[in-house]
Parts: sequence; structure tokens; C-alpha cells
Amino acid sequence: MEAKQATTVKYDMDVVRWFTIAAIIYAVVGTLIGVYVASELAFPFLNFDIPEITFGRLRPLHTNAVIFAFGGCVLMATGFYIVQRTGATKLWSNTMAWFTFIGWNLIIVLAVITLPLGLSSGKEYAELPWWVDIMIAVVWLSYGFNYIMTIGIRKTSHIYVSNWFTMGMIVMITYLHVVNSLAIPVDMYTAYSIYSGVQDAMIQWWWGHNAVGFYLTGGFLGIMYYFIPKQSGRPVFSYRLSVLHFWTLTFGYVWLGAHHLQYTALPDWTGSLGAAVSLAMIIPSWGGAMNGMMTLSGAWDKLRTDYILRFLVTAMAFYAMSTFDGPVMAIKSVNALSHYTDWTVGHVHAGALGWMSMISFGALYHLVKKLWNTEMYSDKLVNIHFWIALIGAVTYIVAMWVSGIMQGLMWRDYDEYGTLTYTFVESVSAMHPYYVMRAVGGAIFNLGTWIMLFNVVMTIRQAGAVRGVNAVAARA
Amino acid sequence: MSDHDHIYSTKLQDKIERSTVLMFVFTAVAVAVGGIVEIVPLFYLPNTGMAGGDGTFNNTQHKDLQGNAIPMDKIVWNPTTSAHKTLADWQPGDGVRPYTALETAGRHVYIREGCFLCHSQMIRPFRDEKDRYGHYSIAEESMYDHTYQWGSKRTGPDLARLAGKYSDEWHRKHLKYPRDVVPESVMPNFFFLDKNPVDVVKTVKTMEVMTMMPFNPVPKTIYTDAYIAGAAKEIEGKTEMDAVIAYLQSLGNHVKFEEGVNYRD
Repeated sequence: MEAKQATTVKYDMDVVRWFTIAAIIYAVVGTLIGVYVASELAFPFLNFDIPEITFGRLRPLHTNAVIFAFGGCVLMATGFYIVQRTGATKLWSNTMAWFTFIGWNLIIVLAVITLPLGLSSGKEYAELPWWVDIMIAVVWLSYGFNYIMTIGIRKTSHIYVSNWFTMGMIVMITYLHVVNSLAIPVDMYTAYSIYSGVQDAMIQWWWGHNAVGFYLTGGFLGIMYYFIPKQSGRPVFSYRLSVLHFWTLTFGYVWLGAHHLQYTALPDWTGSLGAAVSLAMIIPSWGGAMNGMMTLSGAWDKLRTDYILRFLVTAMAFYAMSTFDGPVMAIKSVNALSHYTDWTVGHVHAGALGWMSMISFGALYHLVKKLWNTEMYSDKLVNIHFWIALIGAVTYIVAMWVSGIMQGLMWRDYDEYGTLTYTFVESVSAMHPYYVMRAVGGAIFNLGTWIMLFNVVMTIRQAGAVRGVNAVAARA
Repeated sequence: MSDHDHIYSTKLQDKIERSTVLMFVFTAVAVAVGGIVEIVPLFYLPNTGMAGGDGTFNNTQHKDLQGNAIPMDKIVWNPTTSAHKTLADWQPGDGVRPYTALETAGRHVYIREGCFLCHSQMIRPFRDEKDRYGHYSIAEESMYDHTYQWGSKRTGPDLARLAGKYSDEWHRKHLKYPRDVVPESVMPNFFFLDKNPVDVVKTVKTMEVMTMMPFNPVPKTIYTDAYIAGAAKEIEGKTEMDAVIAYLQSLGNHVKFEEGVNYRD
């Protein structure tokens, strides 16, 4: 084994480079659309009476852009990188990886065209038309198959923990996407789900929550388990904790979707079961967060000088926070207040901006340095990006927490005569300052992504001279 | 003994970690369990709005104040037992029915414009929701909603019982330019719906598709061949605005709820 590790391994890193660049571009675009739709809610004239850019059509484009374009490219860049490095092997098929890259980006282009045209399936986070759903399945399987086959041809004895999480994600997302997208097409533009009412609701949120649980959490935990040890130069804090983290999360997370449907027409037992397991999930989530953070024990001083590490560690703090926020919101009495309000939006963005994006930025900076075998063009700009991203995320989250709780309280408030104190529209106008604050927070966050894009472009330009297939130091 | 042969956890875990196949199989099983436990029973347990085929809705039993079972055809409209035999004759309170041709066209526009992103159609059993929106929603009310529209966010109010609350004329004004009617509204202007004719072919095909659904299809006794054949004529010349308003005016008045009866379990 030792002998093998000493020999030079040629990795397939070109496709990883392209996924990395794509991810950074989509971070800019996805959050920019987010800022725009947020602004539409604060200032409705921004809909400009153009059907294609009204809130109802652009909002799915925002969610698809950040989840599938940005998140997807981050997962594929880091996934293809980690699986090669931890297995000391090339990809099983470099050609298939390129197919994945082209296919995935084609899907994103199709989303940009179809969603503003109003081709919506009516299912949140799964709005794309039926024939694009088929393409997603094919491209996703090409990613998954290639990934798992690469694990299969690894030269190391054990499968590294990051790959467990990614494998879990690959399997679960396949189940979810296929089952949730089953529909009968009417024509090229429209299809209707084969399920209805209660069953459709449960399947939708089984999909919805596990897209978060496996795609935006599981996959990104794979990133955490590789990039935090690499960037800090410390081994993972506890191997046993990672075993526990993986199996409990993999088995348990699947049950949570039902907590989105508390007090609806869904049978009570289902929502309660979802809530109970949600509470239990605090344990593995926090165990995992601790595992990531404690990896730095003995290296905390690095946070002073290593700005990339700041992103990675701050992400763990947000991960811990939103995995506390989530279970609290799943408690039925809290959910009675929080459901249907902006609190949910705040919770999602605590995860998306604070955890997922932060760990992505950290991993992407790390990747850029390794893939182009260079230092960053400006470490100072990395630090500025970090603070801007943090301020933007916190502004956004606080705005939504306040507005969400306020909405919930206004809706249920009674005056001394026993009648509702507020009309609905009074709650709408009370949200205005928070909607402005949210748009500002989002804009600050978006500014950070522009800085990152600039910094990365300059880094790659300066590294152009040394770029080559073996730019990555070939030691696993 | 080399470091790689040392077992740091359990024998089973170590075995799994060394085998791509085992890791795949164990993971694939672990992630499947929760979904199966929570989803599959919703297809055969009572109170899930699932028509089992025998008309009992998997033995769903709503009981009135005297404890007597309410016949399911009082909840879900059944043209063979109801006094009103066709969709055109159906009256509010006759029970849950599928959408008419015009409402079907309107529902398509509702989904296309992403209305569900800001408006829920699911009233929870709370005092304030009852006062604000009306009786809590029950499973049967969305049984024909292929692609359910419960929503997850109330940037605007819930629409589950919108039927009859406002006039058609109010809806037309409000949908075209919401701030003309409600100055604080943040809803986009949907004035263009007034100019778009409904898609007749799509609507007729949608109704055919609804009868082909594997779960809760619209019965052929309701979407009869004659009804579908006449649908094109019914909606010819209507605008998308007419269609959306028809859809909105059909929401939530299907079932006649009795005060004090528990309709959920």
C-alpha cells in the first residue's frame, strides 16, 4: 500500500476544474436572482408587468439555480476530486464525467429557458418539465455510477468517510427524484403528478426535505470530512463519531419530511412521527458538527491566518445552528406558529447561506489552489469575502426570523372583543421593512460571490503558465 | 500487523467500509426505510382521501354529532346517488367534485404562474384560521388535485375556501392590478391573463389525463365521454382570466361541514 501511494497517480482533474469554475459562476447568478425576487416582494413594481420575470416564475429559477446549478456543481467538483484523491485512483470513466458535466449544464440552461416561460410542474424544488426530469435522472445516474465505480477501483483498503456520505446522497436522490417526478404528460409543457392530495403532499415533502437532507447536507458533509482535515492539516477528530454520524443521519433523516405537514389533512401520526425523529436528529447533527469543529483542536490558531479555514469552520457553526433551529420548528406547538411564515425561509437560508455556501466557498478556494497549483491571487480578498458573506447571511437570517415570528403572532392575535386583531394585509405591510432588510442582506452576500469570482479568475490567470494535467501534487 | 488491517470500529463496520458493494447495499436499504413507513400506509389507511375503489375510501368514517357514520357520498360527490347528476348541475355542498373544463384551464394558469408559492390551500384546525379562512381542510377536498396545491408559505392569504368570498368582478380587478384594490399588496399584476385565450386543446387533454391517473382518477361517470367532448365548446372564447376566476370561485365550497363534527379522524 505504501509503495503504491508513493508512485505517481495521474488524476482526471480537468473535469473537476470545469465544475469548480461553473460552481463559482452559478453562485453569482443564483444569488443574484435571489436578490431580485426578494426585491420584488419588497417593491412589487420590480415585476415590471413582464410575465417572464414575475415572482411566481423567477422564484423557482432562483431555487433551481442555487440548489442544482451552484450546489450541484460544487458537489460534482468536490465529489470527483475527493473520490480520486481518497482512492488514489483516476476516475472510472473520464468520458462519462464529461458527459455529466455537459448534461448537467444543459439541464441548467433548459431551466433558465423553461421556468420563466411558466413551465412549472407545481412541485416546489421539482418544477422542471417532465422531459427535463428524465434528463436529470440520466445525468444524475451517470454521475452516481461513475462515482461508485471509481470507489470500486480505489487503491486504498477502506472507503473514506466522505464517500459514504456522497454514496448515500447518490442513492437517496435517485429514489426521491424518480418517485416524486412520476407524472402523466399532457403535452411538452405540462404534466400532472400521478399522486394527488395527501399522498402527493407526503411524497413532495419526502422529496423536499431529503433534497435538503441528502443533497444539501449529506453531500456537503462529505465535503466537510475531506476539506476541513485537509485545510487544517489535522486528522478528523473522531472516526467513531463519523461512523455514528453517517449511519444515524442516513437512516434517520429520511423520516423528517412529514414535519412539513403538521396540522394539515395528512394523518396526525405521520406528522408526529416526522417531528419525533426530527428532534432525535439533533444528536447526530451536533455530533457531526462537533466532529468537524474539534478537528481543529490543536490548530485553532490557524484561524487567525487561514481565511479559507474561517469559511469551513463558520459553516460548521451554522450547520449546528440550523440543525437546532430545524428540530425546534418541527415541534408541533412551534410549527403551529412558524409554518407558512418567513421563519421557514430564514431557516432554509441559515442552512443555505451559512452552512452550505460557506463550506462550498471554503472548499472551492481550497480546490482552486490545488487544481491550479498556485496561491490565491489575493488572500486579503478571501478574507473580505468571508466577512461580507457572514454579514450578508446574518442580516438575511435575522430579518426572516423577526418577520416570520411577527407574522405568526399577528395572524393569531385576538383583541379584547375576541375578534382577530389584524387583517391579513396588515401583516403583509408590516413585513415591508424586513423584506427590504432581507434584500439588502442578500445583496451583500451576492457582492461576496462577485469578489470570489474576480479573485478566482485572477488566480487562474496567474496560474495559467503552470497549468497542466499534473498540477495536483500526486500524493493521496 | 499493518495499520490497514487494524479494526477501529466493529467487524461489520470494517467489512462494510472495505467493500463498495456492501456499502452500497447497506446505504440503499437504510435510506429506504423511513419513506416506506411514512408513505405506503397513506395509500391504504382511512382518512387519506384515497378512493379504494369500493366507495368506502379505505373505510374512512366521519361521524356526526350523534355518532352515526356520515355516508361518504355526502363528503365526496357521487353522481349516481346524488340528486344532481352532472358537473353542470352540481351544487355547493354536494360533496367534493373534480374541476369543470373552465376551472381545469384556470388551475393550469394557477400552477404556471406559481401562485402556490405564496398562497396555501390548506387550513389548519386553529381558532384564528377558522375565523380568518373557514373550516379546516380535510383530505377528501384535495383528492382530485393531481399535483396537490397545499403550498408551504403564506406571503398572501390561504385560498382553500375562497369560493364566493369575493365577486368575479372584484377578482378581475384584483388579479389585473392588485394594488388598485389592496394598496399594501405585493402581488404581481396579472393583467395579461385578460388578453390570453384559454388553451382549449391542452385543457381537454388534461381532463383525459385526469381520468387515466393510477391513484384517484376522475371517475368516467363524472368526466363522461360526452362531457369531455363538449368541453371544448364550453371554454371556447374564454380568457385565462375567466378561467382563473372560475377556478378560484370553486375552491372550498364542496363539502357541507357540520359544526362540532370531527372530520379528521
